[in-house]
Amino acid sequence: MKSIKILGLLVLFMATGSFSTETTTTDEGYAVGDIAADFSLKNIDGNMVSLSDFENAKGFLVIFTCNTCPYAVKYEDRIIALDTKYKAQGVPVIAINPNNPSVQPGDSFEKMKVRAKEKGFTFPYLLDEGQKVFPQYGATRTPHVYLLEKTDKGNLVRYIGAIDDNYQNASQVDDKYVENAVDAMLAGKEIEVTKTRAIGCSIKV
Amino acid sequence: MKYLRLSLVLFATLLIGCIGKSKETKDNESDRDVSQNLDPAEEVAVKFPVYDFDGFEPLLHKDDSYTYIVNFWATWCKPCIKELPYFEQVNEEFKDKNVKVLLVSLDMPNMWKSRLEPFVEKKGIQSEVVILDDPKQNDWIPKVAEEWGGGIPATLIYKGKKRNFYEQEFTYEELTQELQQFIN
Repeated sequence: MKSIKILGLLVLFMATGSFSTETTTTDEGYAVGDIAADFSLKNIDGNMVSLSDFENAKGFLVIFTCNTCPYAVKYEDRIIALDTKYKAQGVPVIAINPNNPSVQPGDSFEKMKVRAKEKGFTFPYLLDEGQKVFPQYGATRTPHVYLLEKTDKGNLVRYIGAIDDNYQNASQVDDKYVENAVDAMLAGKEIEVTKTRAIGCSIKV
Repeated sequence: MKYLRLSLVLFATLLIGCIGKSKETKDNESDRDVSQNLDPAEEVAVKFPVYDFDGFEPLLHKDDSYTYIVNFWATWCKPCIKELPYFEQVNEEFKDKNVKVLLVSLDMPNMWKSRLEPFVEKKGIQSEVVILDDPKQNDWIPKVAEEWGGGIPATLIYKGKKRNFYEQEFTYEELTQELQQFIN
């Protein structure tokens, strides 16, 4: 009896799973064109946050970032600027700290609160408690950006990669990858650069 | 299928977590104190050669009798620091097999004097150290290896035209095992 139940469950899983397999998951997470799963993670204010909470959003900038990575720190001001600019246009930043605080104590929930306050974060800063979300997305480093567009089918991945092409100096940036992608998305145009690479801190598991 | 994959990923994550945890806590000093920008004048007179990618690229394509192990690392990268002793050990042990280790630091300019130099000195690192300073990462990362996403540690092993790239952390055993196919 029990095995039948399990079998039934499996079939159910496969059935619900197959609806998204055409678009989702390689073993390494999402590719551009996949539908990204929603999540429910704890924000620094204690509330749980999901993408579905943002009823009027047109999309999201899901950014895996943290307190401790030097690259992430270099980009903090630029992440705030992205949120300020695009929240008003319906594409808010959702920051997620993917690191395991027991391995990286500087990225604990308490330290996240402190850093967010110091910097005046204008966006949710969520802890990937249990580290289940980042592998699903395929994030490998911080900072790592996923631009999602809200569609009838779900949140479509439109861009994956770096914020821009110069971590050291915001004033020497030639290509604002994320801004270009969001602008194109909102204008209903094709996004020219959909994937970029950058050196980053490996996620601490 | 999705759930199976997911649980595999989770399992792998846990596994890596267990392996990774053992020695990491004591390097916590390398975590936080890097947000402030120091005076750019501090960049001068650093002990190691500093390259942009164009200057650096020939080091990835030497065609001689040596096997080169090119390791990309940074003082702020904990898994890099953890595997560094194995590269040092290999550099020493495989000298007579024409193996050379090149440690390519991706530390930021404000860390060269304050962190990189003291680190190399304190650990008594014998392998050659160079600095790669080129912010146009999206341009040069694929020129090192098409499959590299940008995570470090990352290692290229090559001899002449034969080359393998690894975006992973090495143990001593794994490193010497990979090396075997180049020196035999």
